[in-house]
Amino acid sequence: MTDQRSQAEIVRQSLKRRYRKERRFRMYGMLAIFIALASLAILFADIISKGHTGFVKTTITLDVALDSEMMYLEDPTDEDQLSMADFVAPIIAALQEHVPEAESAAEKRELGRLIGTYGANQIRDLLKSSPDLLNTTQTMEFLAHDRVSVYVKHADNPSYTIKLSEQQQRWVDELLEKGVIDTSFNDVLFSRGDSREPSNAGILGAIVGSLLTMLVTLAIAFPVGIAAAVYLEEFAPQNRITDFIEVNINNLAAVPSIIFGLLGLAVFIGLFGMPRSVPVVGGLVLALMTLPTIIISSRAAIKSVPPSIREAAEGVGASKMQVVLHHVIPLAMPGMLTGSIIGMAQALGETAPLLLIGMVAFIVDVPGGFLDSATVLPVQIYLWASSSEQGFVELASAGIMVLLTFMITMNALAIWLRKRLERRW
Amino acid sequence: MQTANLLPLVLVLAVIAYGLAYMRSRAVAAPLGGIRNLKSLPFYYAARAALWSGIPALIVLAAWAGFEGKVIQSIVIGSLPQDTLPSSPGEASLVLSQISNVAAGKLNADFVPEHIAGAAGLLETLRDQSANFKAMLVVLIAVLGASFAWTRVAPHVNARKNVEATLRRIFFVCAALAVLTTAGIVFSVIIETVRFFGRVPITDFLFSTSWSPQTALRADQVGSEGAFGVIPLFTGTLLISAIALLVAVPVGLLSAIYLSEYASKRMRATAKPVLEMLAGIPTVVYGFFAALTVAPFIRDLAEMVGLEASSQSALAAGLVMGIMIVPFVSSLSDDVINAVPQSMRDGSLALGATQSETMKKVIFPAALPGIIGGILLAASRAIGETMIVVMAAGLAANLTANPLESVTTVTVQIATLLVGDQEFDSAKTLSAFALGMLLFLVTLLLNVIALKIVRKYREQYD
Repeated sequence: MTDQRSQAEIVRQSLKRRYRKERRFRMYGMLAIFIALASLAILFADIISKGHTGFVKTTITLDVALDSEMMYLEDPTDEDQLSMADFVAPIIAALQEHVPEAESAAEKRELGRLIGTYGANQIRDLLKSSPDLLNTTQTMEFLAHDRVSVYVKHADNPSYTIKLSEQQQRWVDELLEKGVIDTSFNDVLFSRGDSREPSNAGILGAIVGSLLTMLVTLAIAFPVGIAAAVYLEEFAPQNRITDFIEVNINNLAAVPSIIFGLLGLAVFIGLFGMPRSVPVVGGLVLALMTLPTIIISSRAAIKSVPPSIREAAEGVGASKMQVVLHHVIPLAMPGMLTGSIIGMAQALGETAPLLLIGMVAFIVDVPGGFLDSATVLPVQIYLWASSSEQGFVELASAGIMVLLTFMITMNALAIWLRKRLERRW
Repeated sequence: MQTANLLPLVLVLAVIAYGLAYMRSRAVAAPLGGIRNLKSLPFYYAARAALWSGIPALIVLAAWAGFEGKVIQSIVIGSLPQDTLPSSPGEASLVLSQISNVAAGKLNADFVPEHIAGAAGLLETLRDQSANFKAMLVVLIAVLGASFAWTRVAPHVNARKNVEATLRRIFFVCAALAVLTTAGIVFSVIIETVRFFGRVPITDFLFSTSWSPQTALRADQVGSEGAFGVIPLFTGTLLISAIALLVAVPVGLLSAIYLSEYASKRMRATAKPVLEMLAGIPTVVYGFFAALTVAPFIRDLAEMVGLEASSQSALAAGLVMGIMIVPFVSSLSDDVINAVPQSMRDGSLALGATQSETMKKVIFPAALPGIIGGILLAASRAIGETMIVVMAAGLAANLTANPLESVTTVTVQIATLLVGDQEFDSAKTLSAFALGMLLFLVTLLLNVIALKIVRKYREQYD
């Protein structure tokens, strides 16, 4: 009896220690979740803090006197004259009206550098399209030079270096005060392709490239994935071949994505001689990559269709194929769609295999078709993130924000579809 | 006609075949007293016509489009005069690009040697001819298929059987595509790898400790061979993956335990999807985060305590990669923890064990094989991850275990060796495929083992 009592004693004495351990264990768990969630929060906060300025452009609005003498241009319809004319002079003159202190040639040059490189082209294009504007005064909005843009947006951010001279900084401050230099929503970002100059670069080209690539991926991966899933679930005999196919699909789902890039490079480009950096090849590679995901989720969806449906259909004389086409596939469609959307979202964010098939080229034009050289959004982000020009970092983060918006939308759509359409049996 | 235009044409032809066969079957059925006297519904006669007209045409079209470029190229190269025949594949591709530039009008024909201009002309005629033949052949096949199906519309023919058998075969081909993909991967890496080992001995590749794949401009230059020892790449990969797993395994496992054993239903419902968001973020975003935020932060931190850290430290890449695979580890562990029968849990609690004791002494050991399988899968993920290391890890192959130094990985090297223009026959390019082969084998091995463990474990409790 004493023995037992002492055992109870031991247990009671150890209780405190054990409860402490229990609490500590609980805390570790909470800490782990906290770390994971905090990382996510830091990641988002970091990207938003770096990227929100990417949605802002710095413009300089000037009343430009399109003086024919100043530009050495008499006839804007003459190509030769257009190519020889000096379109920077009227910009400098217009700037000078706001900054009269810049008088020497060197100072004027400095002043002209406040405008981005494409400012002159803007005047040329205007005159080319409407020659009768020569010798009139037009109010034009120019993109500021990147250095000005960095100064305006990041003057008090230590991670940016200001590359304007003291004098230029003073001028910019002055122009800001007068409202000549202003910031507004960066529509350039959504209306242009890549550029060597951050202020002139946009993600439209990359978005269109992504869209074209995704269309190819969808057109291949969705039907093939569903067909494969249907075969494996409904028709496949229990034999070695079926087993082999299943093992293959499971392993493919875990093959590193860059290996698919090697496949694309060696087979599609090397063996079939398809062109590099085009959405068709990118789409094919991504389709092969997403197929396992789609097959696996479609199989789960098919499995969840209750056997009673199949039996009822067979009972009224439907053939196996009719059961599948008329009943199983329509009923499993929400689940299949959900899996496919998730697979497509994965493909949309994929970068590595596309690097290998040449979708990293510097492409200014917005691609117009499946066989045009193109890049995709994640690759564009990679290119900008590894650029040494500081203006590209904010563009890369802005691009990330756009990419994440797309992905969150797709995932939300998948969740909505699942909730809305999926039937519980 | 271009392939891109032929594709819709074939589809249109198939639709026409469908329509015609549908009408034909009704016409055949009418004198017999309605479609109930046909062996199959009109739909099946029509579908059969569409399939017979479309599928052979599409197969021919795909095969032709796949190989026409290569065939034309070799004919053009073969047509060059004997003394100007290119001697190496590299030279051949140069000549070819010149020829196609002339043909495309990007290069003026007056500025190139005569044989090139001649070849460009030949290239253009061949392309025209090929396109014409292709269009004619494809249309012919489509029409023939449709006509054959037309003649086979008869009351006693069971078209449904034909259609269903064809569909079944199509489904099988789609499923077999996975095998074809694997075969394609293996095939493409093996061929180039074998070519690579023809230049660099396999023992050098596996056991040498220096990696510098630069090939020299001149043959007599020092180090013109390049060094292709994979060991520093592998240690780099392992270092980064180990750091990643050191982060991901405890965090992932503990959060899975907390969520499955302690958390309230509401917390579980919110925390789980948020955790899974980590898995949905594109790797390029993690790479950006690692390279531009975490790496400078670690460098500054190390400087503050008087350590020297590279701005492309293995630690930064590893930490961020760890965060990336947390949801992977946690969802796999969650599955296996939930698979442990409730009776074991109840038994342990009934004996007076606390929840954490139950977890540590009963559930965890029972779930261990599954958890290990999950960790192996996560490891294979980490080894194959590319973008984070491309952006945040270095290029120099250092043989080091110091996480503050810069290391490079297998995937980084594959990506850098193959990005941009490259000739297909240099040891440098080929080495990327050898690395790919290695990567494929290692990840495959990890996956096979992991899947085996997980499956075996599942059977135990099912």
